[in-house]
Amino acid sequence: MGNPMKIRAANKDGVTEVKVLVSHEMETGQRKDSAGAIVPAWFITELIAKHNDKVVLASEFGPSVSKNPYLAFKFKGGAKGDKIVVSWKDNKGDTRTDEAAIG
Amino acid sequence: MNNQRRNVLKTGSGAALMGILAAAGIIKPGMALADWNKAAFDAKSMADTLKALGAASPADSKDVQVTGPDIAENGAVVPVGVSSTLPNVTMVAILIEKNPNALAASFVLPEGTEANVQTRVKMGQTSNVYALVKSDGKFFMATKEIKVTLGGCGG
Amino acid sequence: MMFQRLLVTLVGGAVLAASAGSALAQDSKVADELAKYRDALADGNPADLLEVKGEGLWSEKRGPKNASLEQCDLGLGPGKLEGAYAQLPKYFKDTNKVMDVESRLVHCMVTLQGFTQADVTKQWYSKPGKESDIEALVTFIGAKSNGMPINVPATHPEEAKMARMGEYIFYRRSGPQDFSCSICHGQEGKRIRLQDLGNLTTKEGAGFAMKTWPSYRVSQGAVWTMQRRLIDCMRQARWPEPNYLADSIVALETYLQKTATGTVMDTPGIER
Repeated sequence: MGNPMKIRAANKDGVTEVKVLVSHEMETGQRKDSAGAIVPAWFITELIAKHNDKVVLASEFGPSVSKNPYLAFKFKGGAKGDKIVVSWKDNKGDTRTDEAAIG
Repeated sequence: MNNQRRNVLKTGSGAALMGILAAAGIIKPGMALADWNKAAFDAKSMADTLKALGAASPADSKDVQVTGPDIAENGAVVPVGVSSTLPNVTMVAILIEKNPNALAASFVLPEGTEANVQTRVKMGQTSNVYALVKSDGKFFMATKEIKVTLGGCGG
Repeated sequence: MMFQRLLVTLVGGAVLAASAGSALAQDSKVADELAKYRDALADGNPADLLEVKGEGLWSEKRGPKNASLEQCDLGLGPGKLEGAYAQLPKYFKDTNKVMDVESRLVHCMVTLQGFTQADVTKQWYSKPGKESDIEALVTFIGAKSNGMPINVPATHPEEAKMARMGEYIFYRRSGPQDFSCSICHGQEGKRIRLQDLGNLTTKEGAGFAMKTWPSYRVSQGAVWTMQRRLIDCMRQARWPEPNYLADSIVALETYLQKTATGTVMDTPGIER
């Protein structure tokens, strides 16, 4: 399930800026552990952000997105108090969803 | 490995995600997005990656920008982004030429979402970073070199 | 690692290759670009994730005694967190010891929650895939002092003794390289590769170093506590590594916090 995401969403001049910080290892599958064995790839493959029920961003990640992924984007049509819901899924099938209100 | 993952996609939350996207009218059945674009993420060279993204020969454009520092203190966390003033941008992607697999991330932008996405990527070494943008159905690209270094004590 | 070394050589070489006059300009341009890089990471510091986790751990009933840490006294009274980090290390009557935030936190986890010291400190820092509760809790506690001045006057005789011990360790040359902390951190204007080295003997230098910890270290992909920072300094000086919570580390912290006293905390920070 992982740890909670940190989602911030703020309105300015009719545009909502969303910043998401996700807790995830994002293992590339190319790193070796201290015993010399390859650490298997483990990374978020998809991340979707919704404003109320409308998708505002659909992302696909490879393993070269940094550990604890960060994402910032902007969309029009958001109002103060509206819900932003972010969901991700990783290559092991794990998922997590968190939400925040536009401030 | 991949078969397993596909099973998860079909039976598990992948189906739910597909449902969300389909309901929102973002994807139509058969569209690549719902199934993580394995071919594009597995491609090694820039050319193969672009081909897998259906963007074989994008035009260079001054209206596309790669945002990011000239020098990154650590290749494990390099802040990069894509922005563009082109009209009707429906997709952007970030590619790192000298990484083992060039494609770092791609984003589908529904109407109302600005062509301005920032994220952070790993870079194995100093490389050209490419921003790919799909505007009015055509692909455009811009590039910026980011130097990777490591300062100070230890690793 | 190899290629990173090589790149450093390349970047460094480019600076050297420039004429003496423009080398300085090149240098400051590199510094400007690195500042830009750090600024870009400051908004959305991954340490914020740990702070949220630490907040949950603080109030969660855990351990054999099924108790939270909400009655933990970090020096300002049970449960008082605001400004607590900024006034540590300090002398605690109940243990008759000068304790830093980490030794006091471990003390609380043992006495309030009933964990054994060995259990609590087994994962005192995180490894890929293995999280550390201590890291999360210290990040949370540290952030509760954000915006407040560091205040370790070390007036209690035990605190004064620890500060003196810390100062002694700071200047003491030791180990196979006959190295001391002060060789790198005792003067202005020192640098290793692209990294400026702070002068930790002044309020300004010590304050700059201490105010951002605990800090997310970009090169490690993890938050480091001050214990980890200082223990690793010893490793880099090729000294034997002290145990976690060792008196020598608490002593160094007391010396550095005393020197930094008056500097406003800005944590969690983001460092190289």
